[in-house]
Amino acid sequence: MSESHHELPFWRKYIFSVDHKVIGIQYGITALFFLLFGFGLIMLMRWQLAYPEQPLPLIGHLFGDSRMPGGVMLPEFYNELGAMHGTIMVFLGIVPLAVGAFGNFVVPLQVGAPDMAFPRLNMTSYWLYFAGGIIMLGSFFLPGGAASSGWTAYAPLAVIASVGQTFWIIGMVCLIQSSLLGSINIIVTIFQLRAKGLTFMRLPFFVWAQLVTSFLLVLAFPPLLAAGVMQLMDRVAGTSFFMPSGLVVSGQQLDISGGGSVLLWQHLFWFLAHPEVYVLILPAMGIVSEVIANNIRKPLWGYKSMVYSIVFLGFMSFVVWAHHMFLTGMGTVINAFFQATTMIISIPSIIILTALFISLWGGSIRFNTRMLFALAFLPMFGIGGLTGLPLGLSTADIHLHDTYYVIGHFHYVVAPGTIFALFAGIYHWYPKATGRKMNELLGQLHFWPSLVCMNFIFMPMFIVGLAGVSRRLYDGGAGYEHAQDVLHLNITSSWAAWGLGLAQLPFIFNFFWSMFKGKKVESDNPWEATTLEWNTPSPPGHGNFVTEPVVYRAAYEYSVPGAKRDFSPQYEPEVEMEEAPAQKEAA
Amino acid sequence: MEMIPYTVEARPDTGLYNAKFGIWLFLASEVMLFGGLFSGYVLLRTGSPAWPHGSDLLNVPLGTVNTLVLISSSVSMVLAWVALKEKNIPKFKLTLGLTLLCSLIFMIIKAIEYGTKFSHGIFPKESAYFAIYYTLTGLHALHIVGGAIVLMYFWLPVGTKMWKTQPQRFTNRIEVVGLYWHFVDLVWIFLFPVLYLL
Repeated sequence: MSESHHELPFWRKYIFSVDHKVIGIQYGITALFFLLFGFGLIMLMRWQLAYPEQPLPLIGHLFGDSRMPGGVMLPEFYNELGAMHGTIMVFLGIVPLAVGAFGNFVVPLQVGAPDMAFPRLNMTSYWLYFAGGIIMLGSFFLPGGAASSGWTAYAPLAVIASVGQTFWIIGMVCLIQSSLLGSINIIVTIFQLRAKGLTFMRLPFFVWAQLVTSFLLVLAFPPLLAAGVMQLMDRVAGTSFFMPSGLVVSGQQLDISGGGSVLLWQHLFWFLAHPEVYVLILPAMGIVSEVIANNIRKPLWGYKSMVYSIVFLGFMSFVVWAHHMFLTGMGTVINAFFQATTMIISIPSIIILTALFISLWGGSIRFNTRMLFALAFLPMFGIGGLTGLPLGLSTADIHLHDTYYVIGHFHYVVAPGTIFALFAGIYHWYPKATGRKMNELLGQLHFWPSLVCMNFIFMPMFIVGLAGVSRRLYDGGAGYEHAQDVLHLNITSSWAAWGLGLAQLPFIFNFFWSMFKGKKVESDNPWEATTLEWNTPSPPGHGNFVTEPVVYRAAYEYSVPGAKRDFSPQYEPEVEMEEAPAQKEAA
Repeated sequence: MEMIPYTVEARPDTGLYNAKFGIWLFLASEVMLFGGLFSGYVLLRTGSPAWPHGSDLLNVPLGTVNTLVLISSSVSMVLAWVALKEKNIPKFKLTLGLTLLCSLIFMIIKAIEYGTKFSHGIFPKESAYFAIYYTLTGLHALHIVGGAIVLMYFWLPVGTKMWKTQPQRFTNRIEVVGLYWHFVDLVWIFLFPVLYLL
């Protein structure tokens, strides 16, 4: 413990820190920046989709003639923005925020650990992520621009793309290593550093979510690394892993050895990227469960079935990947298999969602900002999940594949789904990290416009998609005869997207303002919560806990009958009971 | 950092110290990495109209020697760990040195094999077979180099000095790097028949 008294120099304390809380906050701020940046890319694209070939007012000329001559976006630049929007949002925004920031900051606190199991690996993990981000950002300035073959980097398009794609692969290698180190750290921390008395069935649901997520990251990311190595070989060493013989590009037969398989890339990519979908959603479910349990003042309904469901989800997520590939001609037998597994995997998600809904029944709900975000998560994720069922049926997918319907579906899962959950988490744990609360009024000003705008962005996409508009079009479907009746919805979506941008201003202001001017917390447990992280000072010092934590009961013992208070923390040995009525009478 | 529990002694309910748990997870991810490449191999081979026999293209005797060299390195790796358990530092230096020597011999032989192919103008772009051959063996060689650097660190005084202050922790480190080394050895045991013999 002698180290804790020793003052570290600034750069060791805040920049190259090995403290999980500092690293978590570093992750959080970097990831929020990337979320904003990735959102900025789509706001540019939404102009082109709503008003094709019209010059972008005010800022259009800033991008230069190679990207937007006269303020009109070139198709090549549109493709760059599209590919980088997906990549940045998934790999640099949501996953680092959900796993890197919340996993790092909250998991050791909730399991009663002094730090992560491997603090220096933890620091390495953050700086690899940072390097990956810099490489991705830097690739915009390359000749030919950033990667432009979609976030899925399908071969052979990605193999013949400009040098930006090589940077994309190198950036991804950094991000893959980063998440590998981070998730190994989280798993070992949960297994090895659990406090005394903290059995697995007493773990907060958030910890379970992080545990399953980390296993997915450890096991699903390496095949993408393998695929990335192969694509790098294809691009740099001239191999043909993904290049079929006799490939013709722009009327010219390519001079390649051939013999490769384009489907191989898709299989390896989706073997990662389907579990990745669950990496995006499971931590969100974990955060929402924490926030809901805390604000309904009663235990979560069906905690055990939620735990079994999330573990089952983790397993199943490895055997559904090819439902992204129904139209590649894999054959009906394989389609039928992946269709069946896809229907099965929807069951545990529904169990978790149902358990959370039923939990609300009879609770005395506190409608604060974090609870509003968590409550909005439930129907938004519900819409996202249910609209996914037609996509999982190979026959319906023939019509819906690659249309705006797909965009609407998965954005409902990750945007008003996961991102709302992440906001809930930020409002929830902000007092623990800073010792101050975020402003409630600004929080509501953030929530309500965000909720309205989110739905006006993505609901029209279902209609546009059902009308058959492809998601890949630079003009948003303007060339489609049959889609003319729905194209005005593109304008609705775009204005809602810009409105959503405005709705984030109260949050950004609140986030920084509250650090210095926010209301100070009156105790270390301002939300009257039950889990271990509220047994630390706010913010927790080096080593987190003042005394060694011991756990005495399950995670969500709210409103224990007969107890004096409506919450009985895990770390308190005795539940203080009210005097029994019989004794009262006697007195 | 002393305050993090189970860095040296095992946690009773899992039976592992932290680093050993971590390395097993890392190896699980490595299985998936090489598994991805192997499944790429299977898909390319089954999808190809004609696939060459490795024994016609590669030098099988050299590959066999390399297999033996790598297996020997695994044996001496175990002996190095045993030597620490016996608190026999000279034996540790000797056996770990032998492991390092084996890794050097392996890399020299691999360089000769690569060099011969390059001098005949056979590069990864030659065919699907050579593409996967160079990728798999190249990635494996990178693992050997990485492992050898870590082993070298523990062999030199800068790494060994931990033995004087924390002997148990040092023994654990050798055990963990040994697990990694055996894994890299195991990958080669799959690579050799798949690429050279089948």
